[in-house]
Formats: sequence, structure tokens, C-alpha cells
Amino acid sequence: MTSTYAVHSEGLEKRFGAVHALRGLDLAVPEGSICGLLGPNGAGKTTAVRILTTLSTPTAGTARVAGHDVTGDPRAVRRSIGLTGQYASVDGDLTGRENLRLFGRLQGLRGAAARHRADELLERFALTDAADRPSRTYSGGMRRRLDLAACLLTEPPVLFLDEPTTGLDPQSRESIWEGVRQLTRGGSTVLLTTQYLEEADRLADEIVVIDHGTVTATGTPDTLKAAIGSYVEVVVRSTEALPDAGRVLGALTGGEPVLDRAAATAGAATTDPALTLPRVVRELDAAGVALLDATVRRPTLDEVFLRLTRRTTTDKETAA
Amino acid sequence: MSDLTATLGSSPRDAIAMLGRYLTRMRHAPGMLVITLVAPLAMLVLFGYLFGSAIGIPGGGNYREYLVPGLFVSVAANGILTGMISTAQDQQRGVMDRFRTLPMSRFAVPFGQTASEVLVAAAGLLPLALAGLAVGWRVRGTAGAALGAFALLLLFRWAAAWIGQYLGMLAKSEETAGQLASLTFMLPMVSNTYVPTEGMPGWLRFLADWNPISSVVAACRELFGNAAPVAAADAAWPLHHPVTAALLWSLLLLAVFIPLCVHRYTHTDR
Ligand SMILES: Nc1ncnc2c1ncn2[C@@H]1O[C@H](COP(=O)(O)OP(=O)(O)OP(=O)(O)O)[C@@H](O)[C@H]1O
Ligand SMILES: [Mg+2]
Repeated sequence: MTSTYAVHSEGLEKRFGAVHALRGLDLAVPEGSICGLLGPNGAGKTTAVRILTTLSTPTAGTARVAGHDVTGDPRAVRRSIGLTGQYASVDGDLTGRENLRLFGRLQGLRGAAARHRADELLERFALTDAADRPSRTYSGGMRRRLDLAACLLTEPPVLFLDEPTTGLDPQSRESIWEGVRQLTRGGSTVLLTTQYLEEADRLADEIVVIDHGTVTATGTPDTLKAAIGSYVEVVVRSTEALPDAGRVLGALTGGEPVLDRAAATAGAATTDPALTLPRVVRELDAAGVALLDATVRRPTLDEVFLRLTRRTTTDKETAA
Repeated sequence: MSDLTATLGSSPRDAIAMLGRYLTRMRHAPGMLVITLVAPLAMLVLFGYLFGSAIGIPGGGNYREYLVPGLFVSVAANGILTGMISTAQDQQRGVMDRFRTLPMSRFAVPFGQTASEVLVAAAGLLPLALAGLAVGWRVRGTAGAALGAFALLLLFRWAAAWIGQYLGMLAKSEETAGQLASLTFMLPMVSNTYVPTEGMPGWLRFLADWNPISSVVAACRELFGNAAPVAAADAAWPLHHPVTAALLWSLLLLAVFIPLCVHRYTHTDR
């Protein structure tokens, strides 16, 4: 029954003077899984990662990584983790190959092993051609790949990636994602932060949405989408019928209907799983509304993200 | 227990890997190294030939012979500048963060960095010594004393590198470090490097006499046997016992700045 968490934090708080960056952050990431920490700018993602990787100390609360307390035994934590920071954390004056060899040696690989492992990873991240140029001449995507490669030298049990794909083209993004997946197949745990729900959706087993330094939603990508509910939209034959259509949809969903005269559409959001397309059509037909089209669709990822983070913003504003 | 031995065992290896990093960087971006090598030669020409004719040496010795040991010491003191800039660069770019998350000894980064500074200084002293010989500087003491002088210079460079590293960690950004750099450039000016302190106004002379750089310069002049005029009767204690004072200063600076650096390296919390 004692499930083991690779990352486990309780009530993490961090203050920078007047700024309250984390307000009681609770995380529990099971071993071998990928956790996507999702949040808008300033949510506290980087602050959380810095505490979990022993770069910063919490003002209050506790955190354990790979079973070790981050403040009590930071050295043991460092032996179990890899970090790719939000900003490049390789040495720009060294070549890609030299960077990987150096970080390999610093993680205990002997000379020949470090050289061999460096070559292997350069190959895997398509950096062999650029391997002997100073890494400051790399493009953003190449530097990001080198950054990630530097974390994978010893396949750490727990890997932290702070916005690993921000600013990357789809191809580079895909190669980073593949690197991450490969790592978890070997049993490692990954905590990655992102501002893109799509990324979390594609990669993560569980998504933790944070805003203003606390968790605002947790779940699998599917449960988060389900919690937001779905969106009903109908196209009417004549715009005269729009008010009627709006009234019916409002009654069905209990939500505020949205009418669009130009497109002749009426729509409303719902969280009621029992609301099906046939029922929508039957009710509108009974009310004498002639339809051209009707859909019940799941929200787009962007809508989910906006809903999950905007709600807390408005809460804060009304509370203030 | 085995944890502790593992830590101690890996420290030298980590420090050597870090030393390798600084030397490789220097190979790729040799700007700083070139400045370290060329700047003292420029000062030798500037002071030795341009200003030197206007500077009188007590006892009436050859000014260039008086100057060269001073320039040796400014090479050593330069460690403050280069240590500060390279540390501030690391700090500003994310690479220091990665070092901090690696399971290596917290001494490895600062020791690797300062050890590379000592090697740079050794490389910088050689061309200056050759140029010095060409313009009339001579080793007039014993070979042993001369070796002692070079060892003292490297020790002082090591201490200077620790000071620089600490300032670099405080400065955090390259810009701030660059601004501080112009101040560190002044340090040899307020000493006996270029001119005897006897002619300075009282308060300035006090600063100059107690400047660690003055002790090391006077010690080098004594060890090389270069026109070492007996310190003026009213000179401060360090100038009467320059070798002892230079050693004490170096050890004191190390004793202060090594713990400061290691503490700061471990506890920086952005
Ligand atoms: N060193 C610091 N001093 C003062 N405030 C800070 C510091 N570091 C972070 N903050 C503040 O803490 C809050 C959270 O910052 P954090 O960098 O963790 O956000 P984030 O979620 O990583 O944002 P982004 O998506 O922009 O990277 C912000 O309000 C930020 O201004
Ligand atoms: Mg961030």
C-alpha cells in the first residue's frame, strides 16, 4: 500500500521579499511516471523546480526527491537527479562534445566511458555534425538538445526539465519528447514544466496545473478535459430562430448561451455527461428550431488551459 | 562513512575535471589570456621608458630594475580581475546552476577555477621575465631566493583568484563585474609597484604601505636582490619584513576568502 513517490512535496512555500512565489505546493509524482507541471508565466514553476533540485531552499514545507529530503540531504538528492534549467545550462565556450565529456566526468564516468557516452548522445540528438563547435554558436533548438543530453549521461532516476521545448520547432520538440519517453522506459521519473497543455497532454501521465504558487487542478489529461466538460454548438437555418435556440441550449446546459448572428450559430458549455447530441436535436426540434448542423465537442486544449488558469485569476481579483 | 570517503576520493578528480574546463575555455576564448600576457609588457614599456625617467628611486638605482618585480606582482594581482569576470559569467549563464545540481564536492568548482588562475599566472610571468631581462632586470640574489619569489607570486595569484571569485559571485552579472574591474585595476597604483611610497601624502602612504601588494612587491625586490633599498625608517612594519608580511597576507586572504567562496557557492539562493 506504500506507493513510492519519486517527487513528494508538502506545503512548499517560497517568499522572495514581498513576492509570495509558492503558497503551499503539494506534489506527489509516482516512480516511473511523467508529471507535467503546467502553469502560466509567473505561476511558480521555476521556483518549484529550483527547490526540488536543491538550488534554492523553501521558506516552509518539505520535499523529498528519490526518497531524500531536499534540505536535509541535498547531496543524496543531487546523486539522483538531472536538471535542464529554463535557460541554457551548458558552457557556451566549450564545444558540445567537450560539454558532455566534462559533465560525464563530473558525474563519475571515467575518461574512456565519458568519451564514449558523449559520442553516443551526440549521435542520438543529431548533434554529431556540430559536436566540435563552441556550443554558443548553436541554434536554440540545438542548445536545448545538448542541454537535455547533458542530463542523460548517467540516466538519473529523477529528471527535471524546465520548459524543455519553449521556442523549438516541431521537429526539435519531437526529438526532445522522444528522449524523455526513452528515459522513462528505463524506469526514470520525469517532472517537466510547460506552458503548453498540448505538450503535457502528449507526454505526461498526470498533469498538475499550478497558478499563483498553488495547485489548481490535478489529473490525467482526459480527466482534466472532462472536468471542463464539453461544448454544444448548433447552426440554425434562419437567424430568426437564434433566440429560441439560445433559450433551449441555456435550459439544457444551465450555462450562458453564446449567439453568433454572422455564423448563425448558438452554443453553450456544459459539464453534464448525460447531455448527448440526440437529446439536443430532439429538444430543439420540439421547440420548432430548424437546424443545419449540430455538434457536441470536447474543448480544445487551449480552452482547457485558459479555463483552468483564468478561473484562479478572477478568483484572486474578486478576492482582492 | 563510505559516503565520506567516496566524497573525499572524488574531490581531486572533480577539481581536475573543472581545471580542464577552464583551460579548454581559455583555448577557445583566449582573449583574457592574451590580455594577461600582453598588459604587463605594455606597462613595462609605458613606465619603463615613458614615465620612468621622471621617477626617482631612493638610492638612485635603475628604475626598470625596480619596476619589473612590481609588474610581476601586478600579474599576480590580476587574478582578482580574471577570477571575478569568469565567475560572474558562469553565474549569469545557467551553467553554475548545473554544477550546483551535480553530486560533486562543493570545493571542486572554486578549486578548479583558482588552480587554472595559477597556471595562467605562471604562463604570464615567463614572457615578462624574458622582457625584463632584455631591458636590464637581473636576478642578483641566489637561485633559491629567486625560486622562492616565483613561488610567492603564484601563492599570491592564488589568493587573488579567490578574492576575484568571491567578488564575481557577489556581482552576479558580467556588467557589474566589468565595472568593478576598473577599481581592481587601481589596486597596484596605490602601492609601491610603480613609485616608492615615501613621496606619498600621509594617508595615501598608510594605505599603500599596508596594501598587500606592496608587501609582495617589496618581498620580490628583496628576493631577486633588485635595488632593494633599506625601507625608510618611518615605513610601516610590512615593508621592514616584506617576505614575512607577504606570506602572512597571502595566507590571511586565503583563510578569509576560501570559506567565503565555498559558503557562497553552496548557499546562493536566487
Ligand atoms: N529571485 C527572485 N526574486 C524575486 N521574485 C522572484 C524571484 N524568482 C521568482 N520570483 C517571482 O516568483 C514568481 C514565480 O516565478 P517563477 O519563475 O517560478 O514562475 P514560472 O512559473 O517559472 O514562470 P515562467 O513561465 O515565466 O517561467 C514570479 O512572480 C516571479 O516574479
Ligand atoms: Mg519559469
